[in-house]
Amino acid sequence: MPGPMPGRMRGTAALVACATGVALPALAGCGGGGAGNTAGVVRASWGDPQGPLEPANTNEVQGGKVLSMIFRGLKQYDPRTGEAQNMLAEKIDSADQQTFTITVKDGWMFSNGEKVTAKSFVDAWNYAARVENKQKNASFFQDIQGYDKVHPASGSASAKTMSGLVVKDERTFTVTLRTQFSTWPDTLGYAAYAPLPRAFFDDHANWIKKPVGNGPYMIDSYAKGSAMRLSRWDGYPGDDKAKNAGVELRVYTDNNTAYTDLQAGNLDIVDDIPSAQLKNVKNDLGDRYLNQPAGIIQTLVFPMYDANWSRPGKEKVRRGLSMAVNRDEITQQIYQKTRTPATDWTSPVLGEKGGYKAGLCGDACTYDPGRARKLIEEGGGLPGGKVTITSNVDTGSHRVWMDAVCNSINNALGNDKACTVSPVGTFADFRNQVSDQRMTSMFRSGWQMDYPLVQNFLQPLYYTGASSNYGKFSDAQFDRLVDEANAESDTEKAVGKFQDAEKILADQMPAIPLWYQNGSAGYSENIGGVELNPFSVPVYERITVK
Amino acid sequence: MGRYVIRRMLQMIPVFIGSTFLIFFMVYALGDPVAALFGDKAPDPATAARIRKDLYLDAPLWKQYLHYMRQILTGNFGTAFNGQEVTELMADAFPVTLRLTLVAILFEIVVGITLGLLSGLRRGRSLDTSVLLITLVVVSIPTFVSGYVLQYLLGVKWSVVSPSVSPAAPFAELLLPGVVLALTSLAYVTRLTRTSIAENSRADYLRTAVAKGLPRHRVVTRHLLRNSLIPVVTFIGTDIGALMGGAIVTERIFNIHGVGYQLYQGILRQNSPTVVGFVTILVIVFLVANLLVDLLYAVLDPRIRYA
Repeated sequence: MPGPMPGRMRGTAALVACATGVALPALAGCGGGGAGNTAGVVRASWGDPQGPLEPANTNEVQGGKVLSMIFRGLKQYDPRTGEAQNMLAEKIDSADQQTFTITVKDGWMFSNGEKVTAKSFVDAWNYAARVENKQKNASFFQDIQGYDKVHPASGSASAKTMSGLVVKDERTFTVTLRTQFSTWPDTLGYAAYAPLPRAFFDDHANWIKKPVGNGPYMIDSYAKGSAMRLSRWDGYPGDDKAKNAGVELRVYTDNNTAYTDLQAGNLDIVDDIPSAQLKNVKNDLGDRYLNQPAGIIQTLVFPMYDANWSRPGKEKVRRGLSMAVNRDEITQQIYQKTRTPATDWTSPVLGEKGGYKAGLCGDACTYDPGRARKLIEEGGGLPGGKVTITSNVDTGSHRVWMDAVCNSINNALGNDKACTVSPVGTFADFRNQVSDQRMTSMFRSGWQMDYPLVQNFLQPLYYTGASSNYGKFSDAQFDRLVDEANAESDTEKAVGKFQDAEKILADQMPAIPLWYQNGSAGYSENIGGVELNPFSVPVYERITVK
Repeated sequence: MGRYVIRRMLQMIPVFIGSTFLIFFMVYALGDPVAALFGDKAPDPATAARIRKDLYLDAPLWKQYLHYMRQILTGNFGTAFNGQEVTELMADAFPVTLRLTLVAILFEIVVGITLGLLSGLRRGRSLDTSVLLITLVVVSIPTFVSGYVLQYLLGVKWSVVSPSVSPAAPFAELLLPGVVLALTSLAYVTRLTRTSIAENSRADYLRTAVAKGLPRHRVVTRHLLRNSLIPVVTFIGTDIGALMGGAIVTERIFNIHGVGYQLYQGILRQNSPTVVGFVTILVIVFLVANLLVDLLYAVLDPRIRYA
């Protein structure tokens, strides 16, 4: 479309966004954000979200920040424990772990005054799943019966709605899954499962410009690529009302600049401390620096589709390589303890009850150069006499730790040429090479959980044929244990089964757990009550402004 | 003169087509951008296929290029992945970068030419040596060093200015970034002016002017400076294009959402419409700036005529 109004500048664009907002049946108008330092407003660093802010189309942290402020789903994860608690759900019942009856609480509204009903959820989920809507999180709905009809692997959809979703009355609906999945209700805190108002479907273009949800904040204005102003929604019916007047999200291209702005008092919170500043941050900010576990684990995956790595006996080589990595030293030297050496395949944010078990990996994740060398020799040595580590190097300073891991392996094996780094220029290119199964040796895989469940750390990554099982690992017993765990109604027993499955990973070592990633944040003297949730996103509604 | 301009304009067409194709090809060579949209998760094949089809990525390269050029000729520069029109991004970014470039160029002209003139007139004296020394130091400091250091000193330590620029990017906030951006070129302009002045101050026409008994300031401004500016103007002309496209580092340091920022985002996300669109405009800026420089020669030196 040729731009009918060229030469418009940012200020005007923001005004126009405001005007369209008034045209919608919004209760509160556009009075909010005016000048830079409105009283009681938290100024927070932000990155430009990759795509439009539709809940089922947002799969990265920056867009997720906004969704966490303007949406509330059936469940909400406790920022401290990660436990899934009922939010809009009054109750979720199931007799067979396959058909769930969900009752939505009374009295909830969207900020435009529309009631949140069972239909708000069912419509939103059907929209998310339909293939022609191209929602990036569509696969989250694949467990629901009828998904293959609205989202076929190829060709066009043969149905408009999923047969597994049935509205019973205004506040009740039932969900039928394809298979048993006992902890499924606990996945419902993920943003993709948020309810959507009619405005989303009826006037989609305007909704995208200024999304309307049912969370503690409303969007006042959104200038794409530069800033978003949100203000507290006073009519919010939930218990987690915002403790500040609003949040101003500012887009920074360089986290160094955001950090400098924080030091200069121009910004209240940064949630990404630049790695170059990790050494100074305690001096600069004192106790206004947060460094806590987030639900992210970094691993090195073996291409099990390559016979050189999957042949019987090679598990010794894989375990040996894991023992050759000096995790303690690398996390200390390179990351200043913003990473924690991994000793299982989950994350500490799950807690003991949720399935995290320190030391589950056992010896195989403990640095022992002598045994590493012995195991690799017993397993017939490295395929072709060497290994490579492949990763994209455009972001995340991956090159640095890759070199360190290789050095650690080389030192353990006493061979300078045993391990080399194979850097890939861009993330997209790396992704394509991994998806096309072009890897011949170890490659990086970072996993950020979608919801704090042990299932999310195991099934999508290591189950036969699972969506993110890049190494094509397959083990019948692992699959069976995961199936059993999913069918188990008792959470404690289910977690036990998952951990049994995890022990198979420790024996087979299809992926070397490297370290758990922490979330870090720094904030100004201007604000208090800052916490990071298990997804390493600040809990904005709890922040108080002095 | 008119025919010369028309001929130059016509020459721009092949350059324009060639450069857009090269850029298009290079962004294309980076690979398929769709997989990266899904983050660390494996893309859902059906959804990815739909997105590819929408972005015209399922067609062969030459078809994609023809499709893109056909769009451009109708004024459609395509959309970025967040659904924004590239023309909209340009309308946001170019005014900001233009202001930044303006600050930088003005600074270069005023300070650079003045310093160059002064040291050229006092060749070999202490002023000249210190200017030479300072410019040498400035040239050898990379922009990201001077940028971060000045930002920290002025923005955090002494709190004179705000370390980052607000989205509206008014002139006042662009002063420091503009200076940082101009520093390297400023040193070049100074040295270029100095050499040119020093050379021309021994020219015959200057001796004539002095012998005629003209006042000194008239000799310097009308005769010496005007004739010495030709190489400087050439440099500044090409510098306009370089500053507009090459401000990526400065724009990152000061969080300016201009052309450099959009280009950086476009490259990182492998969004070819953004990258090709912006570079196309930059190519045009370069070509027009060069044309203007050539025309300016005739103004500065009456001996130069274009037919």
